[in-house]
Amino acid sequence: MHLHMMPRITSHYTIFPRDKDPRWEGVEMERFADEADVVIVGGGPAGLSAAIRLKQLAKEQEKELRVCLVEKASQIGAHTLSGACLEPSALNELFPDWKERGAPLNTPVTEDLFSILTEKYRIPVPMLPGLPMNNHGNYIVRLGHFVHWLGEQAEELGVEIYPGYAAAEVLFHEDGSVKGIATNDVGIAKDGSPKDVFERGMELHAKVTLFGEGCHGHLAKQLYRQFNLRENCEPQTYAIGLKELWVIDEKKWRPGRVEHSVGWPLNRNTYGGSFLYHLNEGEPLVALGFVVGLDYTNPYLSPFREFQRWKHHPFVAKTLEGGDRIAYGARALNEGGYQCLPKVTFPGGMLIGCSPGFMNVPKIKGTHTAMKSGMLAAEAIFPKVTAEDPASKTAGLHIPEYEDNLKKSWIWKELYAVRNIRPSFHNYFGLYGGMVYTGVFYWILRGKEPWTLKHAGLDSAQLKPAKECTPIEYPKPDGKLSFDLLSSVALSGTNHEGDQPPHLTLKDDSIPVANNLAIYDGPEQRFCPAGVYEYVPLETGEGMRLQINAQNCVHCKTCDIKDPSQNINWVVPEGSGGPAYNGL
Amino acid sequence: MSPASVFVCLSLTLLSDYPVIRVKPDNSGVVTDGVKHSMNPFCEIAVEEAVKLKEKKFIKEVVAVSCGPTQVTETIRTALAMGCDRGIHVEVSGKDYEAMGPLQIAKIFAALAKKEEASLVILGKQAIDDDCNQTGQMTAALLDWPQGTFASEVTIDGEKVKVVREIDGGLETIKISMPAVLTADLRLNTPRYATLPNIMKAKKKKIANMKPADLGVDMVSRVEVLRVDEPPTRLAGVKVETVDDLVAKLKANGTI
Repeated sequence: MHLHMMPRITSHYTIFPRDKDPRWEGVEMERFADEADVVIVGGGPAGLSAAIRLKQLAKEQEKELRVCLVEKASQIGAHTLSGACLEPSALNELFPDWKERGAPLNTPVTEDLFSILTEKYRIPVPMLPGLPMNNHGNYIVRLGHFVHWLGEQAEELGVEIYPGYAAAEVLFHEDGSVKGIATNDVGIAKDGSPKDVFERGMELHAKVTLFGEGCHGHLAKQLYRQFNLRENCEPQTYAIGLKELWVIDEKKWRPGRVEHSVGWPLNRNTYGGSFLYHLNEGEPLVALGFVVGLDYTNPYLSPFREFQRWKHHPFVAKTLEGGDRIAYGARALNEGGYQCLPKVTFPGGMLIGCSPGFMNVPKIKGTHTAMKSGMLAAEAIFPKVTAEDPASKTAGLHIPEYEDNLKKSWIWKELYAVRNIRPSFHNYFGLYGGMVYTGVFYWILRGKEPWTLKHAGLDSAQLKPAKECTPIEYPKPDGKLSFDLLSSVALSGTNHEGDQPPHLTLKDDSIPVANNLAIYDGPEQRFCPAGVYEYVPLETGEGMRLQINAQNCVHCKTCDIKDPSQNINWVVPEGSGGPAYNGL
Repeated sequence: MSPASVFVCLSLTLLSDYPVIRVKPDNSGVVTDGVKHSMNPFCEIAVEEAVKLKEKKFIKEVVAVSCGPTQVTETIRTALAMGCDRGIHVEVSGKDYEAMGPLQIAKIFAALAKKEEASLVILGKQAIDDDCNQTGQMTAALLDWPQGTFASEVTIDGEKVKVVREIDGGLETIKISMPAVLTADLRLNTPRYATLPNIMKAKKKKIANMKPADLGVDMVSRVEVLRVDEPPTRLAGVKVETVDDLVAKLKANGTI
């Protein structure tokens, strides 16, 4: 292997430290630091609910509290993507007057359909009350708009929100507790050298730092190792969700209708399914998408192409025919539930929302539990950060009361009740075995069975070598219902400063060709929903090399999760980069 | 008289390079709700130039001005974070904002420049959403001041400004007396990042609020947008095998 002829891929300082790099000699690396009471990483439902709750408590008890929130997207909501059917339970607790405040919950669910699809037909499944997927009382929302609204409420309450600034580094006190975070540096060239406009990020110190990075956060990944937070739980298992927004023919529009399906085009041993929601916000808009469990075994599977071909099913096509696609995006989501919950508190910090992973998988809802976890965190923190003497053994506050409160809350009860549904798919009958299990045990016993099933293990370890699998023949996109990858990525509005080190960092540049391509036929070419990874022929003619198109990245985190070599480490790029989702 | 205050006039634009833009269903305009707005890139270059001139001690004070709805204050804050001293937000919203064009904006900037006795007014050469390239020129005309447009280099020399301008044939160097209007072109400089500590400090800098009426400007537009349409879908090309085929096809569709 002519490794010396391979152009270098990775140049990020997390792989090649700058203190050993001669190009950085003499560059001023001191950072400006500021203090807050609480710093929150991530402006999603969890982070914003925590910030809001803290300020509500401060107002009630007439105490002063500085709360700072950093968010990598250019505006709050721009990196938010979800189906979504919102269960308003947590929102009712946070803002009982949400309607008067103008929360964008405009579409109550009026119809709930569930189907098993075969290649040509559809088998309807009755949505009995009591089944986890039943949506009575819920709202179809554009989560990005809802999160944007939460951001406005938070700012009104005095939360300092800084979009466009990503938390790039966790800072530690001498005693090992978390001191806060540092935001990303700017002005580093693609080859890792400093540019004229180089500026260091700033440090935000806090008594306690909340990490609400969403599913598979990059700082959370570091914290799991640092504080051994996963020693008593199973490794998290995930799915990838791809989504589009379509303006459809008015005659086909059924505002308030929720449709879910399982089955075709996935085989019975690949977990996944679809959603299609009819919004009611003036124009005939539908939100639709496809979820594929990342524990799939065939390296030739492409979640993007499964999504595109599902749209050709007669039952789906009839809704979309004559319509226009106006948006596209993708994000990984948690599938692990109860069995995969890590420890969520550690000296100086805590994990909230989809980062530790409170999604109720069979309900396919995680927003209500994410918000509630943020609120519980705030309620546990408030007395400690406003106390004269917090009586803490460490400089950064350790607040285990948050974890106790979680275990006593409805989040825990909910997740416990549905804990066996997802793992029940790991049986010979796959999907059908899982549905039987749900029908029998969940619907009758509501999760009271005394056993807890296990998941299959790490998603990245599930792929079979390519030679043991059959390539899948995907149909060509027709340009009307189904589309190619690059025109889809264009609709995500994603972009990044081009002249910066690729943020998809590789621990070892030689592994993609030596391992991923050689054994698994380069699955990253297929599981990345944005076309970041391409194997291209070497200029010399012999052999291939991996090309990373970092600018396309939509921050879904799938590669970090599914890479069979676990060689890819996603780190945060310069703030403001990434997708520009509008109400996804 | 040495230059005292410099006005940098900012435009808030749709980031039209990358986000997804679509035409409203009624063809009256483009959907702007929820789309990320930020400082026009040429205005960033204008801000950078003004701040540089202040750092080189040619000018004493940089004032950042923008016209528009509340969102615009965020853009002014970014300019403050880059080094401007204070800001002025001229509030224009609703129907007035939708109809606002270069002439109305130029009238506002001209009125302000006169009121505050500015020595220099620096703008971006054009906004990337409408590509008008008119505001700077109109402002200079209304003030009867000299203009140095498409500036790729600016040097202050006593009471005069030497401007190297980007023109179709190459570069043109002119010398104009102050007070003057300059518009920034791409190669003038590379704007600095607005770092988070500076954004935080900028919260303490003053932004004054006013309305066009306070400056005696009426916002009536003489332009009415009739219709906005998407560009026609590009048709696929056709490959031909021989020159004869090409000639035959060109004849068939009436080109020759």
